[in-house]
Amino acid sequence: MMEHLPALMIAIPLFGAFTTPLLKKRQNIAAIWALIITVITFGLSLLLLQEVLSKGIIVYVFGANKPTLVLPSGYRVPVRIIFEIDAMGAFMALSATLMSFIGALYSYSHVEMETGLEKYYALLLLLEVGIIGMVLTGDLFNLFVFLEVAGIAGSALVGFRNYRGEASEAGIKYLMVSSVASLMVLFSIGLLYGQYGNLNMAYLSRQIHLDTVDMIALGLLFVSFAMKCGAVPMHYWVPDAYTEVPAGINPTLLVATYASLYALFRVSFSLFGAITWNMARVGWIMSILGVLTMFIGVTMALVQKDVKRLMSYHAISQTGYMLLGVGVGLTVLNDPAKLSAFGRAAMAGGIFHIINHIIYKSLLLMTAGALFYVTGTRNLNEMGGLARKMPYTTIAFIVGAAAISGLPPFNGFASKFLIYETSYQLNPLLAVFAMVTSVLTLASFVKVFASAFLGPPLEKYEEVREVPKPMVTAMIILAILCILFGLFPNVVLNKLIYPAVDALIKLAQYQSWGGLV
Amino acid sequence: MNGNIIAINFPFIVVALLLALGFYTIGFKRNLIKVVIGVEILESAVNLFLIALGYVKGGYAPIYTLAPKKAVGNMVLPTPQALTLTSIVIGVAVSALMLAFAVNIYRHYGTLDVTRIRRLRG
Amino acid sequence: MTTTIIKTTTRILASLILVFGAYIILHGHLTPGGGFQGGAVFASGLALLIVACEDEIVKKRFEKVPLSPLESIGALGFLGTALLGLMGYTFFKNVIANSGFIFGGKTPIGINPGYLNTGGTLAYMNIFVGMKVLAGLTSIVLIFFLLLGGKKDEW
Repeated sequence: MMEHLPALMIAIPLFGAFTTPLLKKRQNIAAIWALIITVITFGLSLLLLQEVLSKGIIVYVFGANKPTLVLPSGYRVPVRIIFEIDAMGAFMALSATLMSFIGALYSYSHVEMETGLEKYYALLLLLEVGIIGMVLTGDLFNLFVFLEVAGIAGSALVGFRNYRGEASEAGIKYLMVSSVASLMVLFSIGLLYGQYGNLNMAYLSRQIHLDTVDMIALGLLFVSFAMKCGAVPMHYWVPDAYTEVPAGINPTLLVATYASLYALFRVSFSLFGAITWNMARVGWIMSILGVLTMFIGVTMALVQKDVKRLMSYHAISQTGYMLLGVGVGLTVLNDPAKLSAFGRAAMAGGIFHIINHIIYKSLLLMTAGALFYVTGTRNLNEMGGLARKMPYTTIAFIVGAAAISGLPPFNGFASKFLIYETSYQLNPLLAVFAMVTSVLTLASFVKVFASAFLGPPLEKYEEVREVPKPMVTAMIILAILCILFGLFPNVVLNKLIYPAVDALIKLAQYQSWGGLV
Repeated sequence: MNGNIIAINFPFIVVALLLALGFYTIGFKRNLIKVVIGVEILESAVNLFLIALGYVKGGYAPIYTLAPKKAVGNMVLPTPQALTLTSIVIGVAVSALMLAFAVNIYRHYGTLDVTRIRRLRG
Repeated sequence: MTTTIIKTTTRILASLILVFGAYIILHGHLTPGGGFQGGAVFASGLALLIVACEDEIVKKRFEKVPLSPLESIGALGFLGTALLGLMGYTFFKNVIANSGFIFGGKTPIGINPGYLNTGGTLAYMNIFVGMKVLAGLTSIVLIFFLLLGGKKDEW
C-alpha cells in the first residue's frame, strides 16, 4: 500500500465527498463522517511526508503497469498523467489536511443550526481534494483542472448562507475573478502545448528556451496566479470572500489561496527555471509586488469596523511577506555566493511564513467566528466587555494577535526575523517597509482587543456563555501549535522547511523525476 | 500583407476578436446577466484557441471506426480535443453557479445593476 | 408555460431524444461522444419534457424520480472502477480490456467496423459519468423551473 499513497490521498477524500450527499436525513452523521475522513487523510499525509523526506522525489504514473514507469517502452516522451511529489508539495499537502481537519472540528458546532449541511461537508471535502491535487501533481493540465475544482467549491461555500444577500454578492465576485484567472492559465497552457507538444512539467522545463511565445506564457501565468492569491492590484475579492464564508471553512479557503502561491513558485522555479536563472528581473518584480501588497493591505485594515473584514485585509498584507521572502531568493538564484549567504535563508523565511500565517490567521478568524456565534454581530462598535464571559476565546485571541505582530515567543517572530535580516542585505529599503508594516499590524490588533474584549460588560450580553466545546478545542489546538512553533523553530526549519527550499532550488532533481530517467 | 497569411491564421484572428469582446463585456456593461455572458464569451474564445492548435493540414478525424483507407497516419491531433472537452464541462458548472447566484442577488437586492449591488464596501 | 405546438412536438420527439442520448453514451469508445455528451443530450430530452407539462404535473411526477441517489451511484461507480486497478497495477489502469468480462473483448488494431464488446473500463466509466451528468443537469433545470415559477400558462 505504501507505493499507492499518492493515489489514495486523492481517492479517499473523493470517496468521502461522493458519499456525504446520501446522508440527507441525518445531518449530524454527515459531520462525524467528514471528521473521520479528514483524520484519515491527515494521517496519510504524515506518512507521505516521511516517505519523501527519506527517499527523495516520489513519482506515480496513472494507468501504467507499474507506478514508476515514466517512459513506456518505445516512447521518448512521457505520455501519461504523472504525480511528482517533492518536499515542497508534501509540505503544502500536510498543511492542507491539517487545516481541513481543524475546520471540520470547528464546524461541528458552528453551523449546527443551518440546513443543507450534507452539501456543506461534501463541498468542504471537494475543496480539500482540489488543493491536494494541485500541490501534488506534475502535469500542467491536471494543475488547471484541480485549480478549477478548488475555485468552484470555494465559491459555492462563500455563498453558503443564502438568506443574506451579501453572501451571494461575495460569491459571484469570487467566482468571476477565479474563472477569468483560470481561463488565462488555460490560454497559456495552450500556448506551451502548441510550442512543445507535451504537457508534463519536468519534460517542459528541459525544453524551454528564451522565445517570444514563452515570455508571453510566463507573463500570463505569473499574472493569473498572482491574481488568484490576492496580490495587490487584484485584491478586491479577498475581503468580501473571507468575510462572508462560514468561519469553519476559513482555514481551508486560506490554504486554497496559498496553493495558488505554491503554483506561482512552481512556475517560476521549476517550469521556467532555465530562464529565470539568468534574469533577476522576475525576482525583483516579485519582491516589489510583495512590498506593495504588505503596505496597502495594512493601511486599508486600519479603518475597518467589521472584525472579519479587518482580519482579511491583514491576510493580504501577510501574503506580501511571503512574496518578499521568496522574491529575494529568486533574485539571487544565479549567484552562488549570495545564494548561500542570504538567498536560501530568505526563501526559508518566506516558506516558513506560509505555515505560520495559516495557523495564526485561522486562529484569529475562528475567534471572530466565535464572537459572531455568541453576539450575532460583527460590528466592533457594538461589542464590549466579553473577556470575563469567554476566557478561552480571549486567550486564543491574545496568542493570535501577538503571533501576527511578531512578538518574540510566538511563531510570527521566527519567520519575520528571517525575512527582515535577509531582505536588509539585498536592499535596506525593503526591510524598512516590512518593519513599519509590523508596527501598524500591532496597532490595529490592539484596537480590536480593546473594543471587543476589554471594558465593562454591556447589558445585552448578560447571558452570554462560552462557545461549545468543539470550537474551543479547535482554537486551543492552533494556539498550542503557535507557541510550539515559536519556541522550537529550529526543529521545524530543519525537518520541514529547508528540504522544501532545496527541492525548489535544485532544478536537476526535478527535471529527471528524482533520478529515474 | 499576403492574403494567404490571413487565410491560414483565420481562427487565431477570431480568437483575438472574441477575447477583446469578452473583456469589454465584463468591464463595461451594467447588467449582471450581461457580465455573466461576457465570461461565457471568454470561455468560448479559449476553447476555439485550443481546438485550432491541433490542426494538421489535410488530416482526418482521429477515429478508427469505419475510417477511410487514407486516414491512417494522417490524423489531426486528438489531445487538444480532450482538453477542450474538459474545459467545456468546467464552463457548464461555472455558468450554472453564476446564474444561481444572480437569481439570489435579484431576490435580495431587487435590482441587477452592477453599480448598485455594492453593500460590501470599504 | 406550454403551448399546443410544444405539446405536439414533445409527443413525437421526446422518446427519440432520450434513445439518442443513451446511444451516444453506450458507443463512447467507438464513435465521437461518451459520458458527458450523451448525458447532456439525455438531459435536454428531460428538459423538453419539463417544459411541455403543466406545473402541478411536473411537481407530482418528478418528485418520484430519484435524481440525487442516481448522481451518487454514478460518482461512486466511477471511483470504484478506477480503484479496480489498485490490485497489482496502478490507479485508473484498464484491467478489463482484453480479458473475458462484459465489454472486455479483444481490441482490434487498425481500421475496423467497430465492435461494441471492446473498450474495458472506458465503457463502464462512460455509463457512470452519463448517469451522473444527466442527474445533475436535470436537477439544475428542475430547480430553476420550480423556483422562477411557471405561474401563468399562456393559454
